[in-house]
Amino acid sequence: MNDTVRSLLIVFILLIASLSVAGMLTWVERRLLGLWQDRYGPNRVGPFGLLQVVADAIKLFFKEDWIPPYADKVVFVLAPAVIMLSVLMSFTVVPFSSSLGVVDLNIGLLFFLGMSSMGVYSVVLGGWASNNKYSLLGGLRASAQMLSYEVFMGLSVSGVVLLAGSFDLRTIVVQQKAVWYCVPQALGLFVFMVAGVAETRRVPFDLPEADSELIAGFHSEYSSMKFGMFFVGEYLGITLVSAIVATLFFGGWLGPFLPPPIWLAIKTFVIVCFFILLRATLPRLRYDQLMGFGWKVMLPLALLNLLVTGAIRLAMG
Amino acid sequence: MLSIVKGLWIVFLHMFRRRVTVQYPEQKPYLAPRWRGRIILSRINGEERCVACYLCAVACPVDCIALQATEDESGRRFPEWFRINFSRCIFCGFCEEACPTYAIQLTPDFEMGEYVRQNLVYEKEDLLIAGPGKYAGYDFYRVAGLAIGGKDKGEGENEAPPRDVRTLLP
Ligand code: SF4
Ligand code: SF4
Repeated sequence: MNDTVRSLLIVFILLIASLSVAGMLTWVERRLLGLWQDRYGPNRVGPFGLLQVVADAIKLFFKEDWIPPYADKVVFVLAPAVIMLSVLMSFTVVPFSSSLGVVDLNIGLLFFLGMSSMGVYSVVLGGWASNNKYSLLGGLRASAQMLSYEVFMGLSVSGVVLLAGSFDLRTIVVQQKAVWYCVPQALGLFVFMVAGVAETRRVPFDLPEADSELIAGFHSEYSSMKFGMFFVGEYLGITLVSAIVATLFFGGWLGPFLPPPIWLAIKTFVIVCFFILLRATLPRLRYDQLMGFGWKVMLPLALLNLLVTGAIRLAMG
Repeated sequence: MLSIVKGLWIVFLHMFRRRVTVQYPEQKPYLAPRWRGRIILSRINGEERCVACYLCAVACPVDCIALQATEDESGRRFPEWFRINFSRCIFCGFCEEACPTYAIQLTPDFEMGEYVRQNLVYEKEDLLIAGPGKYAGYDFYRVAGLAIGGKDKGEGENEAPPRDVRTLLP
């Protein structure tokens, strides 16, 4: 009984925390982008512009929620829910400390990989249901992108799995007590970061959105809170990938003095900032460049990493 | 690859640069004296400069100036009413260039926001100011060879008294 209450509590806290973090991230991103472009970013509403998030949320809720008459209504409504669902589901396997976390799956990493690739359905279905050629192109690109990065994403974490000898995220973190996996798995980290950026469809891999060519791509027909859900889903995705990177390569909750969840939060935040820095710096890749890059550079790199890690692991017994 | 890292580093360093933003309501931007903003009608020596020649209304590319000419008993022309619709004005400054009397002038002021659209239509009493604006010292009637009340022909600046041409006959 007590256990049920405790896990329910954790679920609720996690739900609320992750959603508000995703909301705040919109503000963080705009402030940071401003910082890196020699301007201020939103600083008017509330202290440091913090209430901008609230203002935006209110604005989104009061916008007209329009469904195009030519759209496939059911799928159109379901698509934004899919992205939220898949990302929130993946959050359940992230361990916040040795005992804190929603579930303790022994295949946590696999679950994450599976769930996060579910997110692409949201984009493809949203693009398809909008019945708009630009949206469809966006969805199409998303699926092609998924095909090219999903492969090396799985391969890049195999090195970590080999070293830790487990798919359990908790075990992986505990195994990093001596040295964080970002050192022996530097290549894997690099490949996973690239895959993570592609996974969250962020610059330079924001092809499905591509404001300048596809007019926001898959979500150009979405308005009001349906658009808001795509938006929040994207930021949740960034938080999730950053948290997973922190867990897999930067020792997760491990760290001196501060309580474990705080350490995870700090590491996640730094990685999120790096994501935003990428966005501030890099231009968007071309469609064929992305595919070529994925198959011709990243895949061999991931394989090489796996091969060398496996060989060393074998040699060490 | 290296260039990407370099780029990231440069962008990161921008964090410590000076901001270029002008924090507008608290911090006003610098507006040059010839900045083209809110339009005024000027006076010289207490008299309206505008002679209601309609040149500004003709020059205006968006047709937002309307006026009606009239004359006082001394023969001095002035606009009976003068109306500028600022919701259409594009602040091109053509009216100022067209004006032969420096009457219509653009000023460095852009804070003209209104909640009601009709309030953007300025009437003559909203446009008229007390002084000569940017161009002091030019009074059209003082240099024009026109007889109006208080100034007869030949009494303008740089003007010789009129001559009876018949006395020039050989
Ligand atoms: S500034 Fe240009 S648009 Fe405005 S009143 Fe003068 S001529 Fe017309
Ligand atoms: S403002 Fe100048 S151009 Fe316009 S009617 Fe008056 S004198 Fe003529």
